[in-house]
Amino acid sequence: MRRIISILMENEPGALSRVIGLFSQRGYNIETLSVAPTEDSTLSRLTLTTFGNDLKIEQITKHLNKLIEVVKLVDLTEGPHIERELMLIKVKATGAQRAEVKRSVDIFRGQIVDVTSTVYTIQLTGASDKLDAFIGAIGETQVLEVVRSGVSGIARGEKVLSL
Amino acid sequence: MEMLSGAEMVVRALQDEGVEYIFGYPGGSVLHIYDALFQQDSVSHILVRHEQAATHAADGYARATGKPGVVMVTSGPGATNAITGLATAFMDSIPMVVLSGQVRSDWIGDDAFQETDMIGVSRPVVKHSFMVRDAKDIPEIMKKAFYIATTGRPGPVLVDIPKDQTAPNVKNPYEYPKKVKMRSYSPVSRGHSGQIRKALDELMKAKRPVIYAGGGVVQGEGSELLTQLAHRLNFPVTNTLMGLGGFPGTDRQNVGMLGMHGTYEANMTMHSSDVILAVGARLDDRVTNNVKKFCPGAKIIHIDIDPATISKNIMAHIPIVGPVQQVLEEMLAALDEHGGEPDRKALERWWEEIDGWRKVHGMRYETNEDGPMKPQQVVQALYKATKGDAYVTSDVGQHQMFAAQYYQYDKPRRWINSGGLGTMGFGLPAAMGVQFAFPEATVACVTGEGSIQMNIQELSTCLQYGLPVKVININNQALGMVRQWQDMQYGGRHSQSYMESLPDFVKLAEAYGHVGMKITRIEDLDGAMEEAFALKDRLVFMDIYVDPTEHVYPMQIADGSMRDMWLSKTERT
Repeated sequence: MRRIISILMENEPGALSRVIGLFSQRGYNIETLSVAPTEDSTLSRLTLTTFGNDLKIEQITKHLNKLIEVVKLVDLTEGPHIERELMLIKVKATGAQRAEVKRSVDIFRGQIVDVTSTVYTIQLTGASDKLDAFIGAIGETQVLEVVRSGVSGIARGEKVLSL
Repeated sequence: MEMLSGAEMVVRALQDEGVEYIFGYPGGSVLHIYDALFQQDSVSHILVRHEQAATHAADGYARATGKPGVVMVTSGPGATNAITGLATAFMDSIPMVVLSGQVRSDWIGDDAFQETDMIGVSRPVVKHSFMVRDAKDIPEIMKKAFYIATTGRPGPVLVDIPKDQTAPNVKNPYEYPKKVKMRSYSPVSRGHSGQIRKALDELMKAKRPVIYAGGGVVQGEGSELLTQLAHRLNFPVTNTLMGLGGFPGTDRQNVGMLGMHGTYEANMTMHSSDVILAVGARLDDRVTNNVKKFCPGAKIIHIDIDPATISKNIMAHIPIVGPVQQVLEEMLAALDEHGGEPDRKALERWWEEIDGWRKVHGMRYETNEDGPMKPQQVVQALYKATKGDAYVTSDVGQHQMFAAQYYQYDKPRRWINSGGLGTMGFGLPAAMGVQFAFPEATVACVTGEGSIQMNIQELSTCLQYGLPVKVININNQALGMVRQWQDMQYGGRHSQSYMESLPDFVKLAEAYGHVGMKITRIEDLDGAMEEAFALKDRLVFMDIYVDPTEHVYPMQIADGSMRDMWLSKTERT
C-alpha cells in the first residue's frame, strides 16, 4: 500500500542524508521525496512516499523516529489528508495538436507557462494520479520532458504536525 | 569565563565527563588535541597499535564498566580503521564516543591528504554523529555526544573535528553544559504501567513460562531485579549469547544459553512454552531459527528500550517499551501488590519436563584418551583455574561458542564478546580495555589461531602498559566454524578454512616480551593453566593445540524450529 510519510526535522546539514540512508540501509524504497524549510527556519518538512504493508511501515516509522534529527512524523495516509504534486511538462505542440493539447490542459486545470512555435511548457498541480492521467491523456509520444516535485501533503481538519 | 582553544575544550570536556582512559592513535589532524592531552594528566591516553584495536579496547572497557568507552583517531585511514569497532559497538548497543580528526574546514571536499567523509562512511554504524563547524560549539557537542551514547538504547557516537577548529591560537569561552536539551531526542524513561500489569497477569496464568533474557539485561543493569523476579516466580531462565551472566549461570533455574548453539533444554523449553517473557533481547535470527516455526504455542511479552526492536522479527502480544531496570522494578512491585501466586502445580510439571530435557544432552562431548585435546576441555580447565570468576573476552568462531557454553558466568559484565557483528580480532583489545578498568581482576581472552592474528599487534600495547591478560589460544589449525559448516553443508570441502604456516606463538609472545606456553597434551592442561594464572603481572600466551575435527553442538538445523537440532555429528532431534 502507498503511504505518505511527513517528517518534521532539524534543518541541519547531514539530516537529510540520515533519512535517505536509513531507507537504503534497511532495504526500504522511496518513491517520491520533497523537502524544504518551514516557517521556522530551524525545521525542515520532508514528505516522502513509499510502499509497504502495515508491519513494514511501522518499522520504517519506528526507525525514522529513532533518528536524532527527526522531531516528529506522521503517516498522512492513516487519516484524511490533502496531497499535491507539481509537474512541469514540455510537450510537442504543432499543427492540430496545438489545440488538442490546449484543450487537455484546460480540462486538467493546468496552465501553459511558456510557448514556442512547436512546444508548450505546462504547469499542473494535483494528486499524483491526476498528473499520471494527464500524461496518459495527451499521449506519451507528445512528451519531451517531465519534471515532478514529489508529493507534499497535509492532514485535513484541525490536525497539525508542529512542535 | 575561561578562554580555551578547541583542542583544550575537547580535553576539558573529557575531564568534565570523568573520562579515565582514551584509546587512540595520533596523526596529523589531531595533533593539536594530542598536544592538549600531553599538558594534563587526568585523562590517560592509551596508545594502541591499530585504530581498530582502540575501538575494541574502549568497547571492552564500556562492556565491563557500563561507562562509555572513548576513542581518538586521526582523519582518513585512522578514521576508517575505526569503522569495524563502531559497527561492533553499534550492533551490541555499547556506549562509545569516537573523536575523529578531519582535515581543515576549508579543505573538506577537496580530496585533501588523509581526507575521508567520516560522517558519511560511519553513518549506518553510529547512533549519531556530529561535525564541529565552529569551535564554540565543542562543549555542547561533547555533552550531547556523551548523553546520546549513554542514554536510551546506548550506542556509539562519532564527533568529527576539522583540524582548524582545534587551533591553539583561537580561544573561545568554555563552559561545560550541565544539562542537555534536545527537542528531537527524549529516550523513554518508563514502561507503560497498564502493559506491565497486563504482562504480569499473563505470567501468573502461565503453565509453561520461560524468561528469555538478552544483553539489555546486562547493559540496562537489570540482572539483580531479573534474578529476583525469576526466583519469586520459579520460572526457567535462558540467556542469549549477549545476556550470559545477566542471570547466574550456575543457578538451578538457568537452562543455559538458547539459540543456534544453545542447550537442548533451553531450546526445548522455548519451543514448548506458552508464555515467553523476553527482556532486553531482540529475537534475532541466531535465536529464532525459522521465524514461521518459532515457538508456536507461545504468547510473547517483550520488554525493550527500543520500540523498533519490538515486533521486528516476531510479533509481540504484549509490548513494553521502557528501560529494563525500571520495568522490572515496577513488575516486582506489581507482583507484591497482586499478592497471588503463579500456577505452582503447572510449574511443577513444567520443571519435571525441563529436568527430563536436561538429561538428554547435558552438553556432553566425546573425548579420546589418546587423541588430541578437545576445545571444550580447555574452556572447562579455564573455568576451574579461574574459579569461575574471570572476565572472559572472546573472539569469534567455535572457541566463542565453547566459551559461552562451558564457562558459567554468575555475574553480569563478565562475558565480553562481539555477539551481533561477530568481529574476529575483538578479543585481545577488548581484554585490554577490561584490564584497564579492573587492573587487579583476572582477564582471559579466549581466542583461536585465526582470530588472534587479526589484532595480534596489540601484544605490543599490552607490554607497554603491563597488562597481564591471559590469552587462551584454542589452536585447531583451522577456521573452525567455517570448517564445521563446510563439513555439514559443503560435503567436507574445506575451502580456505585451514591455517597453514602458523607462527610459533610461543616465540611470538616472547618476541613481544611476554610469556609463551605451548600445550599439546591434556595431562599438562590444568598444570599449565595454574602456572599461567599464577603469573599475576605477566601476559601469558597459552597456545593450546586441540582436535581440528571437533564441532560445536547442539546446533539448530537451518530453517527448522527452535527444537530442531543436531546434538552430535550423528544424532539429531
